[in-house]
Parts: sequence; structure tokens; C-alpha cells
Amino acid sequence: MSYTLTPGMQSETNVEVHKYYSGTIFGAAVLALMLQAFLHKYGGWSELVELPLLVTIYFGVSRRNPASGLLLGAAIGILQDALSHDNPIGLYGIAKTFVGYLASSVGVRIDTEHPIARFGLVFVLFHFHQAVLATTERVLLGRSAPIFNLRLFVASLVSAGFGVLLFALLDRFRRP
Amino acid sequence: MVEIRNTRRPLVLLAIVVFAQVLLLAFQVRRTARSERGEVPLIRYWTVQIIMPFERAGTWTASHIGGLWSGYIGLRDARAENLRLRSENDRLKLRNRELESDAAEVESLKALLDFRQEHPEAPMVAAQVIGSSSAMVAAQVISASADLSSHTLFINRGERDRIRRNMAVITPDGIVGKIVEVFPTTSQVLLINDRDSGVGAMFVSTRTHGVIKGGGDGAPRMEYVENDEKVHNGDAIVTSGEDRIFPKGLPIGIVADAKQANPFQIIHVRTAARLDRLEDILVLLTQQELNLEKGERAAAASASSPSRTPSPASSAKPGTPRS
Repeated sequence: MSYTLTPGMQSETNVEVHKYYSGTIFGAAVLALMLQAFLHKYGGWSELVELPLLVTIYFGVSRRNPASGLLLGAAIGILQDALSHDNPIGLYGIAKTFVGYLASSVGVRIDTEHPIARFGLVFVLFHFHQAVLATTERVLLGRSAPIFNLRLFVASLVSAGFGVLLFALLDRFRRP
Repeated sequence: MVEIRNTRRPLVLLAIVVFAQVLLLAFQVRRTARSERGEVPLIRYWTVQIIMPFERAGTWTASHIGGLWSGYIGLRDARAENLRLRSENDRLKLRNRELESDAAEVESLKALLDFRQEHPEAPMVAAQVIGSSSAMVAAQVISASADLSSHTLFINRGERDRIRRNMAVITPDGIVGKIVEVFPTTSQVLLINDRDSGVGAMFVSTRTHGVIKGGGDGAPRMEYVENDEKVHNGDAIVTSGEDRIFPKGLPIGIVADAKQANPFQIIHVRTAARLDRLEDILVLLTQQELNLEKGERAAAASASSPSRTPSPASSAKPGTPRS
């Protein structure tokens, strides 16, 4: 089911809001966290894809509701922090809260259905996520963290490419 | 007016959620002492308790499907024999490391003895190396951290298997890390290439001491080695035992690259254990013994403290291993 949304001052823009089968968002978020932890033990290429970030972006963009987008981002980020050792709870939470909010806001304004748009969106939000993460670590925790390096650039490209495929898969769970 | 209020509502919610998490961060930074006492935040405890059974099931399924194919359909008896030989090989490797370490120690003691005979007038204090227990528990890696910047693993052994914090985790090839958090049936291992890790180390050839620390890129380095020391690519590095976690003489890796810098050399280390291919590991159950002996050693150390020289891993300078 789809319907038009007039989000506040953007009343001239009509955008489609997608609904999902019940449990899809929760299941995708938990599965992303579990897979991330499971695959991370193998190192190598699996460290280049940030599945929880992709899920945050996808549902933020698709549902186009900044409030639910930021809350989903916060929940996923906090659980991701809980599954790490040296991260205080809230580090990834803050970064993914911003990403969730931004993805939802962007989703209201531009078309995010085309694979190239999705690739670009994930690429940009990956670096935004890393910038917020590194800034939080530096300012609040006094730890050094890279904002940009070659490895992060490669990871953003891989995540963006993987994101296009994952988003196409998640599109199948939309309610008609 | 109503529409403007609706537009700002998500922004207000964003500010509230972010502010709450900043407060949470500040609260945790102030409560770091609690984590050093071994207490785990409740949310972390329950997340691990809920997620890990699924991870364990996933690992078990993957391992058994793989085992079914390679053990029965693919090779039948060859796999069992291979497992037996690998197990024996691992045992012999460990034994070989122990013997190598013993031989190096004998050489060192022989040099001391020669010195003692040449200089009978020099005062000397006798010291005894506390032996390592062979008690260990085999464990399987079931998962890793969901955060890509930290290098930690979850294993399928926990408090019920006598695992405690700060126990050493090794493979027959070399050391892996240490236990940092213990749950009833699961434990978390901090790998030696994590940025928070620190291991007392020394070169086999020169016996020069340093500290192995993880870099931000996941590649460990040996730090606090003076520029005067001659370091060559391929030099073997073993544990020095000064961190009170890893027994002395366990292999850490070899020098991959070394260059002069200020104030210490930058030495990249290629770890002996394949940290990105870990499946089965061993946990040394020696931490409790170390705790019991700590009091006795503290007394011995205080008795001999005037003549004791601080070493890189035991002194209070930055980079001291958090044990």
C-alpha cells in the first residue's frame, strides 16, 4: 500500500511511503547485527560492509519518517555498541541516530529508488556516519579515530555496492 | 502554525535522543572503574545473552554442514585422520615452543652463571620464574564484535567452564588475546591487534623488551624499542611474561617492518596466529593461580625493590598493558 505524504513545509512534494510486512524491520535489524558479528570473525572482506548501517539507511529512506528513522538508528546503534567491548553504549547509537534522521529526511526530498541514487546515498551516509563516529570519539572520549583514509574509502564503495543489492532484496518485503 | 510545529517535532526528538546518549556516554566514562571490577553493563549483558545462542547455533550449523560434507560425503576416514594428526601436531608445536623457551632460558642462565663466576664479588639477588600451568580449555570462536573498529571475539566457553577475566587465549601457533568479559556460557576475547590491547614482549635473539600494541588499522606494533637496538625483518618476538597474563616464551610473531622514529622505533609485527582465521583456540586457566600468587610476589618484590629496574611492560608509562 502506498499513499502520498505532505511533510510539513514540503507540501508541494508528493512522495511514496512504503509499508512492510510486520516484523520485517525488527527481523532485518536483528539479522544484520547477528550477521555482522558472525561474519566479522572471518575478517578480510567482511570488515568492509557495515550491515547495521545499511539497514538503518534503507528503512529510513523507505519509510520517510524522520522520527521513526532516528529511533531505529538509535536502537540499532545501541545494540551494536552492546555487542562490542571497548565502546561505551551510545557511541554507534549517536552516529546511527543522525544517519537515521538524515536518511529519512533525504528520502522525503529526492527519489531514492534508482540503484545509482542508492549507491550515492549509501556512499555519502557511510562517510557521514564515520565522521560523526570519529568526532564523538575524539571530543567525548578523547580517543583517536580516523575520519577518512583509504580503507574507509574502499569500505564505503563496497558497502554502497552491497547496499544496492541488499536494498533490492529488502524491496521484496514491501507490502503491495 | 500547526504544520511548523509538526516539522520541528522530529528535530526536537533528534536533539533529545542524541542528548540522552551523550549523557549515557558521560555516565559510562565516569564509571570505568566498575568495568575494571568485572561488572558488565546490563544492556551489554542481555544483548550478548540473547544474541549469542543464535550465533552459537549458526556456528554449530555451519560447522556441522561443512563437517558432514567433508567428513562423510567427501573424504570419510581421511578427515578423522587429518583431525587426529592436526591435534597431535598442535600438541607437538606447543611442546616445541616450551622446549625452545627452556633452551633460551638455559642460555640466559648460563650467561648469568658465567658472569657470576667471573665476578664473584658482585652482589646478586636470586629470582625464580613462576612456571606456567598446562591447564587449558579448548574453545570455539562463535562470533566477533559487531563494531568493525574493535577486534574482539566471542567464544563458546564462559564462567561455567572456569573462564575468568584476564586469562590468556592462545593457539599452537601463537598468542591470540585475553579474556575481557565473562558471561555464563560465553566469553569475550580482546585480540592482540585491538587498539586497547597491550602485551609484554621481547625479541628472541637480543632479549630486548617492548610492548605489543594494536594499531588503529588492525596491525599490531612493537613499541618502546630504542632506536639503538638492531631490529631486522623476520626477527622472532615472544611474550616476556611481564604483563602477568601470558606465560613467558609464547610466540607472538615476527618483525614485518622496522624503521627509525622519534623517540622509539616503529616496528610492525606479523602475528604468528592467524587472527582473521580463528576457529579453535585454547584458554590458559592460570589467572586464578596468578591472583593467589600476587600477594607473595608483591612481598618478594617489595623486599627486592631498591635494586629493581622497571621494564617496559611493568612500568607506569603510557602503553602499559591493562591487565
